[in-house]
Amino acid sequence: MEASKVIHAIYTDDDVLMSAVKKVKAQKHHIEEIYTPFPVHGLDKAMGLAPTRLAITAFLYGCVGLTVAVLMMNFIMIKDWPQDIGGKPSFSYLENMPAFVPIMFELTVFFAAHLMVITFYLRSRMWPFKKAENPDPRTTDDHFLMEIAVHNNEGELTSLLQETGAVEINIVDKDEDAH
Amino acid sequence: MEYKISNRLRMGAIIMMVLGLIGVVYGFMDSHSVTEANISEVLAAEHHGHGDAHATESHGNEHADSGHGEVVAHGEEHNSDKAHGGLTHHEEHALHQIHNRPYAALYVGAFFFFMIALGVLAFYAIQYAAQAGWSPVLFRVMEGITSYVLPGGLIVLAIAFAADSHLFVWLKEGVTEVGHENYDKLVAGKSGWLNKTGFFIRGLIFLGGWSLYRYFSRKFSIAQDSADDNKNFKKNFRISAAFLVFYIYTESMMAWDWIMSVDPHWFSTLFGWYVFASMFVSGITVIAMITIYLKSKGLLEFVNDSHIHDLAKFMFGISIFWTYLWFSQFMLIWYSNIPEEVTYFVTRIEHYKLPFFGMLAMNFIFPLLLLMNSDYKRINWFVIMTGIVILCGHYLDVFNWIMPATVVDRWFIGMPEIGAILLFGGLFLFIVFTALGKAPLLAKGNPFMKESEHFHY
Repeated sequence: MEASKVIHAIYTDDDVLMSAVKKVKAQKHHIEEIYTPFPVHGLDKAMGLAPTRLAITAFLYGCVGLTVAVLMMNFIMIKDWPQDIGGKPSFSYLENMPAFVPIMFELTVFFAAHLMVITFYLRSRMWPFKKAENPDPRTTDDHFLMEIAVHNNEGELTSLLQETGAVEINIVDKDEDAH
Repeated sequence: MEYKISNRLRMGAIIMMVLGLIGVVYGFMDSHSVTEANISEVLAAEHHGHGDAHATESHGNEHADSGHGEVVAHGEEHNSDKAHGGLTHHEEHALHQIHNRPYAALYVGAFFFFMIALGVLAFYAIQYAAQAGWSPVLFRVMEGITSYVLPGGLIVLAIAFAADSHLFVWLKEGVTEVGHENYDKLVAGKSGWLNKTGFFIRGLIFLGGWSLYRYFSRKFSIAQDSADDNKNFKKNFRISAAFLVFYIYTESMMAWDWIMSVDPHWFSTLFGWYVFASMFVSGITVIAMITIYLKSKGLLEFVNDSHIHDLAKFMFGISIFWTYLWFSQFMLIWYSNIPEEVTYFVTRIEHYKLPFFGMLAMNFIFPLLLLMNSDYKRINWFVIMTGIVILCGHYLDVFNWIMPATVVDRWFIGMPEIGAILLFGGLFLFIVFTALGKAPLLAKGNPFMKESEHFHY
């Protein structure tokens, strides 16, 4: 596959970046990606990204955690080695349920939180020993980088980006194998 | 941005009050038609209707697990079962419970609406003390609701005064007198705190403090509208911080006095917080509902979806906070299973299964599932529907505080209860919406107003 050309426009302020994104979107150009040193509030909406489904996965993971807690406590405290809880030897999960609520709660939170973070990493294609995708190390400090695909319209894009207040504009060959 | 209570709303509120009053009066007449003379026939007819299972079951339990039962229950055993004017113990208890019911129903309704206003007052003070930037557009709505604190609180106290030992068994004659047939050692030991004079003096101090704060914060808030500096705002900040300190102590004591003392043998150190969570979530829910109502009238155009979203987040969050406190109280008592503590929950689970567990579903499961999704918190009708469930749930919460101690198993949500809801609900709407019409709906002098108007989540 032939290496595609992209424009890297670099900004030094998140407000300037936001208005630039809006202008570029208004001109119907497709923004491939934006690299920022910190999360910029509202950027996803301005870029037109689909809303995240991470919350749905978190809910499902929570349900898994709850189920695990119920099955685990049922096995440990009721089935495998029945316990007399609080002087009420009923040996029924339901009747001893209040004692298990803290565990049910904690495991729900534990599963939801950890699995959500792992999902987020995977979905963001981040894993150990992976080479950074970030094309310019300055975006980890104080610069913002907008990447736009070029389809034989370099001149038009460059002048548009210059108008939006980019401090630096580079046209690079994007090597697809890099990541 | 002026609002005037519409004639329809005013008429609606008045009709509610009239209907409610009829219900309440009916409740009293109905209960007083049962007297010592005809209690036996009434009970016989009841048992006949309920079938034998109920009759046999209720006979044995009544003494052991009723809050009243314990206190009324005769320090020394009576020799014969026919103690008072030819009544059996069972008949005597039943008669007390029947007579207590209209008072308890009235008290539950009155306290429920009062606690909404008080919860909003605390929320309002927190906004000032935290110098919150998102909420000033809602201040006038909150101020409208808090106008009910003083009348509502006075009504609660007045009912407590009128109901006397119908609600508070520790007010019974001779409870603290050694040798008296009503003598109760535990209550006598608490009489340094639990006595009539102390109760009402404390009640007036609590109410006085809250009303003073409400009076001055409202005054400064109105004055800030036309001021050219922030002096009034700063004053409001200071008195709000002071009020919150006063409030968190007095609210807790109020909860012991006005609610926990209906079961004078039982106590829970968490109770004040738990009552606070209830009033806080009900108050926030009512702020959201009234805001949405006013918005639907084309008013409050400066309130945007993000404000509703934030209120709904609070409804969601505080509902879970309420559950946390409720459960913390429940679990420790359930687990340790100490007779004098656990009797509180035994009564409720035995006789109040539906309201007790129903309340949990309405106050926890419903808001948890309905308001979990971020988008739903912005859908106005969704917030209203959830709000109705939460309010009904917290009415049941108050119901579960008062009723088991006063009427034991003779509870029902019938004429006296619905009458009290209508009566005080009507009064609440009338006072709140009249107060809303007294000042512009935008507290335009607030220094955070710009931030609040542009609040965007």
